[in-house]
Amino acid sequence: MKNPCYINGIGAVNAQGIWNDDPFAHITEISNPLTMAMQPSYKELIPPAMIRRMSKGIKMGIFASQQALDEAAMDQVDAIITGTGLGCLEDSEKFLKNVLDNDEQFLTPTSFIQSTHNTVGAQIALRLGCKSYNFTYVNGATSFESALLDALMQIESKEANQVLVGGIDEIAGRTFALKQLVHEVKADGAVEKLKDSQSPGVNFGEGGTFFALNTEKRENTYAQILEVSILNKLATEEVVDFVTSFLTRNQLTLADVSAVVIGNNGDLKYDIYYTTFCTLFANQPQIFYKHLVGQSDVASAFGLAAAAFVLKKQIIPKTIQWNAIKLSELKYVLIYNQYLGKDHSLTLLRHVET
Amino acid sequence: MEELKEELKGKIIEVLNLEDISVADIDDSDALFGDGLGLDSIDALELIVLLDKEYGIKLSDPKQGKSIFESVNTMADYIAKNRTK
Amino acid sequence: MQNGVAITGMGIVSAIGNTVAENLNSLRNAQNGITQVDNFDTSLRDKVLVGEIKLSNDQMIEKLQLPVDNSMTRTGLLGALAAKQAIVSAQIDMVSNNYRTGLVSSTSVGGMDITEKYFYAYENNPELHRYIASHDAGVSSQHIADYIGLKGFVTTISTACSSAANAIMLGAQLIKSGRLDRVIVGGTDALSKFTLNGFNTLMILSDTYCRPFDQNRKGLNLGEAAAYLILESDEIVLKENKKVLAYLSGYGNANDAFHQTASSENGEGAYLAMKKAFNLAGLSPRDIDYVNAHGTATPNNDLSEGHALIRVFGEQVPAFSSTKAYTGHTLAAAAGIEAVYSILALQNDVIFPNLNFETPMGEFQLLPQTRLLHQSVNHVLSNSFGFGGNCSTLIFSKA
Repeated sequence: MKNPCYINGIGAVNAQGIWNDDPFAHITEISNPLTMAMQPSYKELIPPAMIRRMSKGIKMGIFASQQALDEAAMDQVDAIITGTGLGCLEDSEKFLKNVLDNDEQFLTPTSFIQSTHNTVGAQIALRLGCKSYNFTYVNGATSFESALLDALMQIESKEANQVLVGGIDEIAGRTFALKQLVHEVKADGAVEKLKDSQSPGVNFGEGGTFFALNTEKRENTYAQILEVSILNKLATEEVVDFVTSFLTRNQLTLADVSAVVIGNNGDLKYDIYYTTFCTLFANQPQIFYKHLVGQSDVASAFGLAAAAFVLKKQIIPKTIQWNAIKLSELKYVLIYNQYLGKDHSLTLLRHVET
Repeated sequence: MEELKEELKGKIIEVLNLEDISVADIDDSDALFGDGLGLDSIDALELIVLLDKEYGIKLSDPKQGKSIFESVNTMADYIAKNRTK
Repeated sequence: MQNGVAITGMGIVSAIGNTVAENLNSLRNAQNGITQVDNFDTSLRDKVLVGEIKLSNDQMIEKLQLPVDNSMTRTGLLGALAAKQAIVSAQIDMVSNNYRTGLVSSTSVGGMDITEKYFYAYENNPELHRYIASHDAGVSSQHIADYIGLKGFVTTISTACSSAANAIMLGAQLIKSGRLDRVIVGGTDALSKFTLNGFNTLMILSDTYCRPFDQNRKGLNLGEAAAYLILESDEIVLKENKKVLAYLSGYGNANDAFHQTASSENGEGAYLAMKKAFNLAGLSPRDIDYVNAHGTATPNNDLSEGHALIRVFGEQVPAFSSTKAYTGHTLAAAAGIEAVYSILALQNDVIFPNLNFETPMGEFQLLPQTRLLHQSVNHVLSNSFGFGGNCSTLIFSKA
């Protein structure tokens, strides 16, 4: 018998600020090509001796992970698993620029040390004094889902009872200037909300989203994670089969799904994947979220947070409704994400009676 | 010498991002590592680069830093004796 | 999975050979692959030695028969060479879609070799734009998947120098959980100015041949490499009558939670990782015939790992060596190539020497194996530790 995997706590830092009791009530839809996270104060959480070296990615990761642990009333975990598409980009760029600009002279170690992709997971472990399993995934838009699948396997196999899992990505100057050069990110000066997108590319954001997972449910449990599936590429005409075979493997039909969470980001070329996906769920509520946090390799972690919130509260806030359909009872929520037609993932959640 | 010590304190604060500390907070004889300022081995590597970049002093073995970086006093002494710029 | 997860294929490129056979030959004959940096310009050329693969990107592109407008970086190219060998050695037909197949790769630098070359050049060179997306670590895995014709589960792990060990671990978990039937697992990392200078700032690069576990060790030689194993479920092995090279019988990951880069003096993380691996394998320390140590030859690692070995094995530490004096420290790929060496030790009943060792360390009585040793080898333990206190242990057992 597999152990169940419950979401007992959530933490986040992103363009909307930090995770709270009503995270979708007072929102500002983003419309800039690059939207930074609204940073909270870190002084109460991180001692000055540590904070002085930390880039914003590390700080966001520490903040969001602690928020998740606090909500779940967990102080130790059996695994820390993170996902990040681009890693600690600020420090990587800083060190690379120093190498190139100073002709390999007078280089200092701090930014190099912190450029390592597993820095956030390692810093969380260091902070918690946590000597257990510590993995980091770096696989584009499935970086977070890879971490989540690992977490699920750790819990199912009884290797771990309490797991901290999260995704972090930060925006840094040069890398994103290059992304704009190839029209992956909208050009400077563009002001387009997700639903009004007309120019090539998407609006990017940054942030960290963490989940405290547990084999035991509590009064404030959000939802149960049932399964995660990852596929590196998929043609649009294969989307239907990807979804139906996933549901079949989980002994569900399309009609069993109460609502879906979609990763639309305003990309004129690739949002067709979501349109195709949504044709399967024309009679169910559809939920979107990237208009709040922007695109990033780990934005879908916030999609999971939205799904978990909706399942717990049994309401879909107006600010994240994609279509007009409402359902009274939400049992299963299915999350679909892809980026540039690659790195597809499906995540299935179930409502938990507490 | 006093001038060098003041300059050194400013530079230490700058390269190590000691945000909450000012030049006046550091005593010439304060221990930089351990109980004093609480610096660590990564800071020691940063200070080695500081010696090289600002004063033209090259240390090849990080262990040499241990006695040099005891305090602002010992650092200033070493720099005064060995600087090439 | 009584004996663990079956390994049915392997492939490798390293500074001591571009095939498994070439690597074995170099290991047997104590031929290291350590030289000056030849493939790119660096002001460190006269100051450090590296384990470099003497193939240019263009030569690899030719070997792989890639189109001229491909966007692969060195990390992906090395990975594709090694992954292809692994598939051939396991006699897998990637076209037929009979089994759920995945790729778990790992890298620390991703496309850095290209990024550092063209970082400021993209605006004026539209023909280079295809490389911009290749910087991303995960893209190297996608390129490898595309090259070998894999459509399915693909992911990438990056936990610094333990990355490939963790990729191997995840692959095993995916098979055990019933999610996949077959997983290609390993790692790839190319040398770059970025990593070379990064390690140089830590003052842990040796200006001469590295000397693991020697009292006078001065630091590590960096290297580049790629290696992949094919893990297959018992069902495939049975149904297809597959030849099993060895079994992955145990694995464990733990965190030292001590310091961002340095290991704790008593090797707590390493100790915990080894303990976990023994528990899973159902083996005890005296079952191990050979330890392929992490042994980077930095003052800190070898001291910490030595203490951890003594804590686990007591006075009876089995024959052990670090093969990094042959290949250099190949970062994310290290546990991959050392997995291949561990399997070669099992297949050939041989223990590879720890080159360049002269003087025992003062802190303990640990003497690495310094000559090629022929003896029965049934279980091999391989350690890999990375920045951020990431400690991993794999145990391989004879088929």
